[in-house]
Order: sequence, then C-alpha cells, then structure tokens
Amino acid sequence: MKELRLMKGNEAFAEAAIRAGADGYFGYPITPQSEVMEYLMAEKPYERTGMVVLQAESEVAAINMVYGGAACGKRVLTSSSSPGISLKQEGITYMAGAELPCVILNVVRGGPGLGTIQPAQSDYFQSTKGGGHGDYRLLVLAPSSVQEMADFARLGFDLAFKYRNPVLILSDGAIGQMMEKVELEEQKPRLTEEEIRKNTPWATIGKTKDRERNIITSLDLDSARQERHNHKLQAKYRQMEEEEVRYELINCDDAEYIIVAYGTSARISQKAVDLLRAKGLKVGLLRPITLFPFPTKILQELSKKVKGILTVEMSAGQMVEDVRLAVGNQLKVEHFGRYGGIIPSPTEVVEAMETKIIGG
Amino acid sequence: MADMITKEDIRKPENLVYKKTDLMTDKVLSYCPGCGHGTAHRLVMEVIEEMDIQEKTIGIAPVGCSVLAYEFMDIDMQQAAHGRAPALATAIKRLMPEKFVFTYQGDGDLAAIGTAETIHACNRGENIVIIFINNGIYGMTGGQMAPTTLPGMKSSTSPYGRDVQMMGNPLKITELVAQLPGTIYVTRQAVHTPAHVRRTKKAIRKAFENQKLNKGLSFIEIVSNCNSGWKMTPVQSNEWMVENMFPFYPLGDIKVND
Repeated sequence: MKELRLMKGNEAFAEAAIRAGADGYFGYPITPQSEVMEYLMAEKPYERTGMVVLQAESEVAAINMVYGGAACGKRVLTSSSSPGISLKQEGITYMAGAELPCVILNVVRGGPGLGTIQPAQSDYFQSTKGGGHGDYRLLVLAPSSVQEMADFARLGFDLAFKYRNPVLILSDGAIGQMMEKVELEEQKPRLTEEEIRKNTPWATIGKTKDRERNIITSLDLDSARQERHNHKLQAKYRQMEEEEVRYELINCDDAEYIIVAYGTSARISQKAVDLLRAKGLKVGLLRPITLFPFPTKILQELSKKVKGILTVEMSAGQMVEDVRLAVGNQLKVEHFGRYGGIIPSPTEVVEAMETKIIGG
Repeated sequence: MADMITKEDIRKPENLVYKKTDLMTDKVLSYCPGCGHGTAHRLVMEVIEEMDIQEKTIGIAPVGCSVLAYEFMDIDMQQAAHGRAPALATAIKRLMPEKFVFTYQGDGDLAAIGTAETIHACNRGENIVIIFINNGIYGMTGGQMAPTTLPGMKSSTSPYGRDVQMMGNPLKITELVAQLPGTIYVTRQAVHTPAHVRRTKKAIRKAFENQKLNKGLSFIEIVSNCNSGWKMTPVQSNEWMVENMFPFYPLGDIKVND
C-alpha cells in the first residue's frame, strides 16, 4: 500500500531510495542536501533492508565507493550539491566509460566556486553536456516537486540499469528543502546474489567456474577498440533520445507563446502562465523532465504554432542554448534568469514574457 | 635403459616440483624483465588458490604499471581511478562482507594521489587487504619522482636528485598507517630473493586469513625495484635497492595485532 507523508524533498528522495531496494548510499555532507544522509543515518536502513549507509571522507571517495558497488551489480547512489558534484566528475566519467549504473542526486546551489547555499540551476551545462572528460552523457531527470524527488529515485535505478549508465537527478536547493505531501511506494526487496548474477552477468561478484572472469574497466589502450567502445556508448545515448524523452505540457494547446522551464523555475513559471492567461494572453508551459535527452521534437512541433519562446532558468542562460538548437533562427527565443541564489518571482516572469517576447 | 627418466615421466603429476598457479592467466606480463610486480602478482594468486577463495574474491587494479593487473589475474576484477582503489574496496566489502577484497597499488597511486582514500580506509578498519608495491618511482609514465623517491635519488622530474628542501620529503606511509587503530597487520617485505619471496607469501597469506576472521585491515608493502625507471640492469637495481631502499624502508613487521 502506498503511504502519504509530509516531507522535505531531500528526505523524500532518501526514503524512496530505501524503498526502491537500494543496496548502498555513500555521501559527504554539503548544504543544501545534507538531509539525505542525515535521514538515512537516522532511519537505519541497514536494519530495515540491509542497505549500507556510509559517510565517506570526501566526495571523491564517495563516488568511487559508488563505482565499486555498481561494478558488483548493486543498486548504489550518492548525493551532493554543486561544488561536491564537481569533485565527483572524475568518478562519473569513469563510471560512464566502464558502463556502470548508479543514481546521483545534485541539489544545486549557486556558483561558481563555493558560491552560495541558495538554490540555483547553473549546473545545466555540467549535467547535460558531460561534466567530466571524454565523450559521454548522463541521463538527467529534473524533478519539480517533492513527489518527483521520490519518484525519480526509483525511476533513476530502473533507467540506470536499463542503459548501464549513471543517472543524474538534477534538483535544486528549493526542491530539496521544501516540504510537500508525497506518496511513497511500497518497499521493493533488495536483489539477492542469485538475481544479480542473472540480471547483471557482467557484475564482479566472484568468478564462478561456469564463466570467464568479469573485468570492470574504462581503459582500453587499443585505439580501434576504444573507438568501437565509444560508438557503442553513442548508440546508447541515441537510444535514450529515442526512448526516454519525458516532458510535461501545461496550457499549450492554444498557446501563442511558450515558456520552457524545469524544476523550481517550472513551478514559478506555471504561476506566471496563470497570471498571463488572466490578462488574456495565450501562454503555455513546456516543462522538460529529462534534460538529457532533451525534448527537442516537441519543441520543434510547438515552434511551428507559436510566436515566441521564453526560457526561465535560475542561471545566466544555459538550457536556452538547447532550445535555440531545437527551434533554429526562425522563432524568437529569449532567456530570463535570476541567479547566484536568487529565485525569480512569477511577476518577474510575466514582465519578461511581456517585454522580451510579446512586446519585444 | 629402464631407469632413464623420460620427458613424459617428468611431466607426471607425482613428479611435479613447481607449477604456475592456475589463477595467473597465460597472458604475457606487461612488466619489464627483472621487475618485482610479476612475483608479487603470483604470490597473491597462489594464496587465493591455496585458500580456495577465487570464487569469492574481487581484486582492484590501480593506475600505474599494474593498471592491467586484471589481464593477468584470473579472478573478477575492477580497475579504479588513480588512487581510489581503497574507496572501491570499501564499498565492495561493505556490500558483500562474505567476499574477499584486495587492492593492488603502487606508490604514486597509494601514497600521493590516493593518500586520503588510503588513510581513511585504514582508519575505518575496512576488512580488506592492501598490497602496496613501493619502487620509489612513477614507472608507467616514464620514471618521474614519486612520494617515496629517496632523498638525492634521480628521476625524470628530479634529474639532479631529490632535493628535499625544494621537493619535500619521501613519505613513509606504511609507518603512518600502522599508527591507525583500524589496521590490524602492517608489514614491509620484498621479493628479490627466494627467502624474501617465501616471507612475503607468508605475509599475504596472513593478511587474507585476517580478512577471513574479520579482523580489520591488513597492509603489506613490498619494496621493489624498477630497473627501467632507475636506469639500471635488473641485478644492479636489486643491489641498489638493498643498499639504498632497505635502510630507508626497513623490512619486517611494523604492527601485528593477533
């Protein structure tokens, strides 16, 4: 039976991870996401399900613990906030190269550098274009509610194992810290060793006599083989683009203008759409749920019907580049953003739509 | 002649005096002739075979000369980012406490870029085995100065010898981790003579037995040569090691908590 609770986004993610049958969490404290590990430590999932929770000595160690666990076919996760996610990039690119599944939560705060502890969306480039070295992508899910923080923990594991690829949940300090009601799924059992051997035959959990040894590595010094490996990775990313695009359309049927916004910006923009509609302006909202793969096709379809697009981001304009790539030069695309930890108000968004797009 | 021993006789199992462990693959080692890595690999695999734990052992290869250790060891293996092997091993062992987990790391990997991972895994007392090959140099990248390069010792990034005023001191990380409550067994060995090889194998066996008994972290340093990086013949490099490395890195048990 599902359970209804009032929780912070960070706590909902942690509880949902336990219920998704996670085997291990490895993290390091950083504001504004420390509630994830605090919740897990208080909740003692090692008594509930046998799930391991460990506070690592650094973000670098934490993501490499995730690497070790993922290479054993375990459902493992970590969470952090922007500066910590930068530190994890080494481990993330190794995991992408070695094709290891895991869930990583980034509760974004303003940057660059130590920046601020207030919410931001300025890690979009890092999240969707690679982040670490080499040609790779993460599957990026952007929650805009506490409910989605919980839902994406489970969905994240499913997608990570479907593609043998890290999944990044790109949240922000507002979604992580705010409290909402959340419907929690029932406890899913953790996988047994037998199930892991069957589901993930590549897992390094001990070489039995009936198979060759398993090796998890991102290294191949033979350039021809390394290129073939890269082809395989690229094919996987193309498959994600075909099969995993997720988005939400609000008031888009008759819309003459569109706002594109994800996460907290989408929540604010939804209110702005209501205010604009109250003024008689036909404005809709496209909320990308997956940032990679990006909802390019629906944007191209919408661009044929509308007169202009405004992107709203808590950044200096990052996702706007993907929107422009999708719709080309035929349509007016402008960006509105507040950043450095500032959250825009709905009236600011209304004003931006009126001045930059409708009247601009 | 009836009592003449034929080739066939020699190959009979009852006449076998030595056999390469089945846990070493037939892949030709990527190490330079004369290097200690091959012997160290073999000893770890022999211990795993003798304890009959190959089906539940996971090894971690580092970055460095032994980055391809997984090509030679016929067990499930993971290759770690530079210095991070103890973090991988920590998670594997905690997620599967019934398995045997070891890392195999060089001095640059373990004592420079991976210092934090090494010290914290040791301090937490992770129930794993760390095999640490110390040859005082970055071998794979072409002989640069390592955290363990001796004062005055030449390398490609200390071409006039390690000047400790300018470049800092060599790090005795093995003595350092012996101070930590989480380590149960800390020892320094070598593999340049048959007697040393026997002692090292005994130490590795003890380390894996410790893991079997959930006693804590066992840390085995093997002081080794790098004839290529040191620009010497294999024989010269072993002599140089005995004369110069052993006084600074003395062999023997540093901590034994039984």
